[in-house]
Amino acid sequence: MLLLFVFVLAAFLGFELINKIPSQLHTPLMSGTNAISGITVVGAIAAAAAGGTFGTVLGVLAVVLATINVVGGYLVTDRMLEMFGSKKERK
Amino acid sequence: MSDLATLAYIISAIIFVIGLRMLTNASTARRGNQLSAVAMLIAVLATLVQSGMKLEWILGGIIVGAAIGAYAAIRVKMTEMPELVALLNGTGSLASLLVAWAEYHASLVVAPFTGIAVIIAVTIGGMASTASVVAFLKLSERISGRPILYPNQQLINASILVAVLLLAAVFVIFPASSYWALILIILLVLVLGVLAVLPIGGADMPIVVSLINSSTGLAAAAAGFIISNPVLIVAGALVGASGLILTQIMCKSMNRSLGNVLFSGFGAEVAAGGAAKDAGEPQPITSADAYYLLEAARNVVVVPGYGMAVAQAQHAVKELADLLEENGTEVRFAIHPVAGRMPGHMNVLLAEANVAYEQLVEPGDVNPTMESVDVAIVIGANDVVNPDAREDSSSPLYGMPIINTDHARTVFVLKRSMKPGFAGVENPLFVKPNTRMLFGDAKATILALVGEFKDAAS
Repeated sequence: MLLLFVFVLAAFLGFELINKIPSQLHTPLMSGTNAISGITVVGAIAAAAAGGTFGTVLGVLAVVLATINVVGGYLVTDRMLEMFGSKKERK
Repeated sequence: MSDLATLAYIISAIIFVIGLRMLTNASTARRGNQLSAVAMLIAVLATLVQSGMKLEWILGGIIVGAAIGAYAAIRVKMTEMPELVALLNGTGSLASLLVAWAEYHASLVVAPFTGIAVIIAVTIGGMASTASVVAFLKLSERISGRPILYPNQQLINASILVAVLLLAAVFVIFPASSYWALILIILLVLVLGVLAVLPIGGADMPIVVSLINSSTGLAAAAAGFIISNPVLIVAGALVGASGLILTQIMCKSMNRSLGNVLFSGFGAEVAAGGAAKDAGEPQPITSADAYYLLEAARNVVVVPGYGMAVAQAQHAVKELADLLEENGTEVRFAIHPVAGRMPGHMNVLLAEANVAYEQLVEPGDVNPTMESVDVAIVIGANDVVNPDAREDSSSPLYGMPIINTDHARTVFVLKRSMKPGFAGVENPLFVKPNTRMLFGDAKATILALVGEFKDAAS
């Protein structure tokens, strides 16, 4: 139940944090938060370590998928934001 | 969970929050994203250290996943960004489903609270994963972007949902003997994810992708409840909230409710009466004639759309804009929030082509000045410049805020053919007396205009 409390507060914090976003940042925000949702990799590691053979198969598969999400998401967001940044330096 | 690990998770959660906050501001966004990656690294390391067992398998999985993710991120073209984000959403949510399944498989006896979390993680994760794949297929036009409708669609979806709920109740009450119910639920939600997105048109994909983004976060949070890990819950909740806000912004820009987007099969039927009120013939123009008009123009507004992305014309457009400015013309880019196939799609493409941020304007700012615009150049945009959204209350687009290019003195429309846009709605802009059509590939057309300018200069 305490965890539910954490969830509600964090969701509330999320709404407050991301209230005004310039439309320029919509795509990077989306791919950046997409990478954050790869945090499920932590659960995947725990699952892979805990289970029997089949549990490990499921866990390792989850690790692979979540890591694709994490690494792909952060890198592609960085690529985009780099483009936004280089433009400012030029001026 | 050791005290040290708990401390690491708290630090990680704090850095996630700071990173996300910085991501909402243009000047700090890149640092914010990097901070967020650091937070992820801390959380992963803390978990690895205490997991201890089967480390070789886990590290192997991380290496494989990182290689695939890095390859995709480095190779992807900026125009294909919506497709990649859709796919990444899919892998993340499928991972959450697998985590829930594996955790249940490991114990088989779960408390009702955990059982509910398993069901939520499996349902949201499963639906989001196959929905992402369908969104990807629609975005990349491997399947038709048109809504796919069949009889009793709503009834079938509702029946599946009811079945899932009943199975979920059985699962939560008798977790030890209900492995079969979980497997059935997994299969049903995977199917439901496909069925839910099929009837949604390609033009609504920005909303769908935002919503899936939010779901992926919620699925991760649900997985966090299963393994009692607060960092998953905090990060998942943050993503869930931000995805919902983006979804809401997108709906507002289209003047549609979320329910209308998800359930109306929008754009399946060609607007009745659209063909009947035939106002005239489209008037084609050659690039040479277009050049004379542009050469004399003092004020030009460019309205890019998905067609610019398809033709990869952003660099050519930037070159044309530079030539116009050298000629003393004021050039602005009017970006509609839902132009393209994901939120902010056009901004990314124009940034790639080095268009200055100051040149980008939003519809609300450019519309009042449209009467003084000499030439509005519509590049592969369609529904976001459809005057019916303003004038024809029978149009499916009616009420959607648009860019009033038809109020400019002259409108150039760059288009491959007279086909209606992604939403399948006729566009009377194309036959207005002040509209000139430049048929053909957008990039080839722009390069032809660039060529005219260069010939004139030499």
